[in-house]
Amino acid sequence: MYKIIRNRLEQGYRTSSYPKKPIHLPAIYRGLPVIQEQSDLALAQRCAALCPQDAIRAEEKKIDLGRCTFCGRCAEVNDGAFVKFSQNFELGAAKREDLITSGTLPELARHSKTHFKQIFGRSLQLRQVSAGGCNACEADINVLGTPFFDLARFGIDFVASPRHADGIMVTGPISNNMRTALLETYAAVPEPKVVIASGCCAISGGPFHGSSEIVADLSILLPVDLYIPGCPPHPLTTLHALLSFFKKL
Amino acid sequence: MDKLLQINNGECIERSHIPRVSPELFYRQLNQFVRNGGFVVQFFAYPENKQMIQLAVLRSSNLYILETAVTREYPSLTRSAGAKFNLFEREMAEQYGLRPAGHPWLKMLRYHANTSDRPDVFNNTYSEDIPGNYPYFQIQGESIHEVAVGPVHAGIIEPGHFRFQCAGEEVLHLEIQLGYQHRGVERMLRTVPHKRLISLCENIAGDTTIGHGLCCCQAIEALTGLIVARGASTVRTIAFELERLANHIGDLGALSGDVAFNPPAAYFGRIRGEFLNLLLQLSGNRFGKGLLRPGGVGYVMAAEQRQTIANKLKELRPEIQHVCDLLFTAHTVLARFEDTGTVSREIAHDLGLVGVCGRASGLEYDVREFFPTERYQDLPGLSNQVSHGDVYSRAMARYEDIVHSLDLIELLLAEEEQGYPAAALNEHEYQLAPSSCVVTLNEGWRGELSHCVLTDEQGQIARYKVKDPSFHNWPGLAMALRNQGISDFPLCNKSFNLSYCGFDL
Ligand code: SF4
Ligand code: SF4
Repeated sequence: MYKIIRNRLEQGYRTSSYPKKPIHLPAIYRGLPVIQEQSDLALAQRCAALCPQDAIRAEEKKIDLGRCTFCGRCAEVNDGAFVKFSQNFELGAAKREDLITSGTLPELARHSKTHFKQIFGRSLQLRQVSAGGCNACEADINVLGTPFFDLARFGIDFVASPRHADGIMVTGPISNNMRTALLETYAAVPEPKVVIASGCCAISGGPFHGSSEIVADLSILLPVDLYIPGCPPHPLTTLHALLSFFKKL
Repeated sequence: MDKLLQINNGECIERSHIPRVSPELFYRQLNQFVRNGGFVVQFFAYPENKQMIQLAVLRSSNLYILETAVTREYPSLTRSAGAKFNLFEREMAEQYGLRPAGHPWLKMLRYHANTSDRPDVFNNTYSEDIPGNYPYFQIQGESIHEVAVGPVHAGIIEPGHFRFQCAGEEVLHLEIQLGYQHRGVERMLRTVPHKRLISLCENIAGDTTIGHGLCCCQAIEALTGLIVARGASTVRTIAFELERLANHIGDLGALSGDVAFNPPAAYFGRIRGEFLNLLLQLSGNRFGKGLLRPGGVGYVMAAEQRQTIANKLKELRPEIQHVCDLLFTAHTVLARFEDTGTVSREIAHDLGLVGVCGRASGLEYDVREFFPTERYQDLPGLSNQVSHGDVYSRAMARYEDIVHSLDLIELLLAEEEQGYPAAALNEHEYQLAPSSCVVTLNEGWRGELSHCVLTDEQGQIARYKVKDPSFHNWPGLAMALRNQGISDFPLCNKSFNLSYCGFDL
């Protein structure tokens, strides 16, 4: 008992005050990209050529955040002459097209379907389905349960049974071998239900794009309501997306 | 008679130097080597001019390589020499339709069509869903019942299927059937442009981003002659140890949670996050993605980051010690950890377990010591004190690893160093040495990782073979459950904490 109390005192109170107060990530963290639209085409093409994800649309001067892994290589070309990454981790989007961006995203809170906020605003239960990724997405969703993020204080929980869930949060590029299990899990969730694609794998196949063993894009199978980019999305990105999309803040 | 060629970890060799022996000699050598206590690092097939070649990398205190040409069928080494060959042979059957005659447990591993024109060994057409023709092992009898779990599990974890044969609460046998995470990684590694190689390897298993990334970088470096600066190698080593720390600490927290002792679960959960944030300090990503690149690292470690890491370690070391003390002295915890899920040294050896799970059963093997890469030559080794093979030993092995990792990072940070430079960005395809072979090994937090790359006459990648330590250790979990209460499954499972995606590739 004595040890429990001593450890409790040493650990103290650790929960983040986000979103009440802003939080800053280190400068090396790569969030929302800022594209230099005046930069010349040749430079953009060079960046596009080296991008492992083929996420850069050189002619349009845009990056597809649904494909990007935020590896940062494009920002190294001529010291960020084409693109630099900001520390803005608020990356969630309601529409797939919005993720193809030159550096701005529509404010998520206003693009949520209003009935979602009414139905799920006070309590949201999600079933997570892991479908063929690298498990880092899952790991950084799990982290939302640790004391620092403490997702449950917002009335959002991850549940074991799809029958108890209001929706599913899918990670991974949906391997062919997980396709049926995913669809069955979705079918077991009662209506009305939401579908969240978390991480570039679920949005576009991510690093595995082009493989014959995956579906690659969740929206081929199910109607996606919320996209959360990243590889994996930073826990704050997920927290922000869930709060803005579902909560009446 | 002894035809094995000794090789070094990460050394580029000409493929023509790999001894290619007759099938009889090949299987005899492999059989003898393993019966004499040796282990299998890699055993895989690749096509060459319309024939199939089998290549084996073996280890004792050295590494050896040997290959042979094989037709459709060959005598199963699983039958003649034991379980160390089991999964490798099934993998070859699935990938190339090669049948190990007499294999006692010939079932699919990942459920995908083979890439040869040989018929499917498992009579699957792949029009059905996974697992196709898969005869689960069943025990008959009035009091026997079967429990099926997965692929979708209760928590936020990866998919896999478990079949328990139980008599009452007691598990007589556990069968683990995987394949749900299969993404076709090996085939992609052979065909994608080089710019995708690293990101693919980083994402074989995201919790082992640095481990698999290192195996890949070292292989490319060997094949291109790229030299890694000492400072960059130091950063790699620090990142590798941070990855180990984050995972082991997460595991101790999860183990604590599984026996319903919540304070350490919460504290370790948070402390694990601190280590992920240190990886973010080095790379911009909490799992270290983007840090490694052939030739070094992507980011300079500046004095500021070096200081941040040093300060954090100083702050966290006592906290970790106190929380571990809390965990390992609680009687209720010990009652659940001790003598649960025991894997004897003998069984661990027969299966060829690696990493903390192997060491917890008394198999003293650590790649960092046996075949050191990066900065490990200059660093002290680790010897585990507790090796009864139970959950307690696997938890203690993690704790010992944690303390050791903290020491290693502090030693590296204390060095006088000239700088920690970043390597230049490569914008073109690599010029890989033609007709060459390289085998890389690293001690990931779960154990021995290994990649093997073969190039053809043009310097294209002809075969890229990946092995995650989970490939060796999943059967260990099945054995740990023998004659255990089924309610101890979560605890045993966590004490192994194996990778589904690393296995499924
Ligand atoms: S940061 Fe994104 S856009 Fe840039 S190179 Fe990496 S994947 Fe491509
Ligand atoms: S998006 Fe990235 S982190 Fe998430 S599962 Fe895919 S590869 Fe892993």
